[in-house]
Amino acid sequence: MQQELRLNTHTHHLGRCALAIALACGIGSAHATDITGAGSSFVYPILSKWAASFATQSGHRVNYQSIGSGGGIAQIKAGTVDFGATDMPLDKADLEQHGLAQFPDVIGGIVPACNVAGVAPGQLVLSGSVLADIFLGRIGEWSDPAIAALNPGLTLPSARITVVHRSDGSGTSFNFTTYLSLVSPQWKTAVGSGSTVQWPVGIGGKGNEGVAAYVKQLPNSIGYVEYAYAVQNQLGYARMRNAAGTLVEPGRDSFQAAAASVDWAKTENFAVSLANAPGATAWPITATSWVLMRRQPQDATHAAVALDFFRHGWTAGKSAAIALDYVPLPDTLVQQIEAYWHMHIKS
Amino acid sequence: MSGDRANMRYGHRGDPVPGRRVARADGAASPPAASAVATCSHERRARADTRNDRWFRGLLQACALLVLAVLLGAALSTAWGGREVLLGQGWRFLGSAQWDPVTNNYGALAPVFGTLVTSLIALLLAVPLAFGIALFLTRTAPPWLRGPLGTAVELLASIPSIIYGMWGLFAFVPFMARVEPWLSASLGRLPLIGCWFQGPPLGLGLLTAGIVLAVMILPFISAVMREVFQAVPAQLIEAAHALGATTWEVAWQIVLPYTRAAVIGGIFLGLGRALGETMAVTFVLGNSYAISGSLLMPGTSIASSIANEFNEAVGTHRSALLALAFLLFVVTFAVLLAARLLLRRMTRREGLR
Repeated sequence: MQQELRLNTHTHHLGRCALAIALACGIGSAHATDITGAGSSFVYPILSKWAASFATQSGHRVNYQSIGSGGGIAQIKAGTVDFGATDMPLDKADLEQHGLAQFPDVIGGIVPACNVAGVAPGQLVLSGSVLADIFLGRIGEWSDPAIAALNPGLTLPSARITVVHRSDGSGTSFNFTTYLSLVSPQWKTAVGSGSTVQWPVGIGGKGNEGVAAYVKQLPNSIGYVEYAYAVQNQLGYARMRNAAGTLVEPGRDSFQAAAASVDWAKTENFAVSLANAPGATAWPITATSWVLMRRQPQDATHAAVALDFFRHGWTAGKSAAIALDYVPLPDTLVQQIEAYWHMHIKS
Repeated sequence: MSGDRANMRYGHRGDPVPGRRVARADGAASPPAASAVATCSHERRARADTRNDRWFRGLLQACALLVLAVLLGAALSTAWGGREVLLGQGWRFLGSAQWDPVTNNYGALAPVFGTLVTSLIALLLAVPLAFGIALFLTRTAPPWLRGPLGTAVELLASIPSIIYGMWGLFAFVPFMARVEPWLSASLGRLPLIGCWFQGPPLGLGLLTAGIVLAVMILPFISAVMREVFQAVPAQLIEAAHALGATTWEVAWQIVLPYTRAAVIGGIFLGLGRALGETMAVTFVLGNSYAISGSLLMPGTSIASSIANEFNEAVGTHRSALLALAFLLFVVTFAVLLAARLLLRRMTRREGLR
């Protein structure tokens, strides 16, 4: 019985594959469209995965260049690409001035990665204000009473903390500093938020991999990386006390909880940061990336293909997103985005 | 069949050459017979020569001018790209150590400081070492060792800088992290320069970057030194030896003064590379906009700042990075100019003596 069932799904699979190939060939030869996008490096891994599966399914090719959020914004404003991707949402005035529409594409999490002797991954607990004080240099040693108060059972060395940050401009830094600005007034006035900021202390690593390498090598260090890099490099990470006061573990569940705790319907152009999200189990340093498209596209077919591409990512591409440690958008949000497209993008 | 055809083709192609040879032989034999014709042809030849010479001179001039034009164009275009910050912040750009993209407040002091300090460390370490290598290879090394060793040193030059960066990060930085506590305990106690060697033993920082740079520029300097040391006339050296000079005295009093201009040229070739080096420095310098008194602390350099931040920079931030690029032109030019002046003064003093 079970075997029969398996066989059945197998043939079903085959049939679907054949159909897909037939469709791909048919559409591919008839009218394959090449669309281009540019911007955020945060979403590059997942967009390229989606582009590959989208190409086999529809025959259309998506060419995405990860030139950074700033570059993506500039390119879509200039109209040289079909879509831009940015880690920082544009405000309403900016969007309207350039005739742009904006919607989220994927959600991810950033984790404090640390390397402290005798502390296992996930053992260390930090709060937003303590994290900000560490990155401000106001807390200089691991044995500081502020850290000890959060970790009653843990013996921390009385060693200097080495702070590691990104040396290149990045959406990860933008999201991290946005969070620190929200939880620490001192951080907000002294440093602020941006893809590159004036770091008061510490050393800079190039890219997520650079920060991961430094944290791994330097004893008593702390940095921040995208969740996937912490997992892949088996870095020590900290749990965080979130806005609701709950102790949360980084991972898909807590990232998803952050996405669910925001009332997307009440936002304008989905411009809301998931940093310090209010949900009871929400991971506090959750990040979204946004797509920018023209409201009046120069080429309607290109725009339609681009929208199809994102629809593909949110449905068929879900498992790919999960495999890369991103969080797919919740279904309710996808419906809201579709309604938003209908209202704002002519295609 | 095909062989026949090949022969035929060979014959055709071969034919004109002997023919021409014959014609030329005729021409060489004929001058006494018709001198008027010869003068005419000589004149024609001379005219053609001057014309060709003129063309060639022009071509050479164009080559040199092209370099100048490219250099000027690159310098001016970076200045133009950075005009917003260069004009907007004025001297504050040179004098301030702030680098704050959030408030768009830019100062180049930290990157300039890092660039100069790391290059200086690199020179201090590389020049004596290169001098030793070159002397050994030209004077004291057994002949069977000269080839392999020379090649090994030159091989260092062909390694891409990203490899030096990765080697620096994964192999040399952990090594330095073990050495630095010892440096702090010994050199850190010295008066005056003690403060240079104090700080947390991160393994990366100005000193590490300087040492990696020294390894990178070593082959350039030693290759130039080796070449020019070989060009020192043997009579000079033998004469010195005959007067009872030791190898060191020959090196210091004969070889070095004889080759001084070229040696200084080689050193500045290495310095030029050290000033502009990007990738290797980015990996081991720490990328922190700070000016600290200790060589063990992280810093940043002009080139690595640009490489790090250019990708995501827009507006004023991009302008600031281009202004930084222009500054690198200026710094490099100033350093080379200083070298030239130094060389000229040394030559003049030599002349007076």
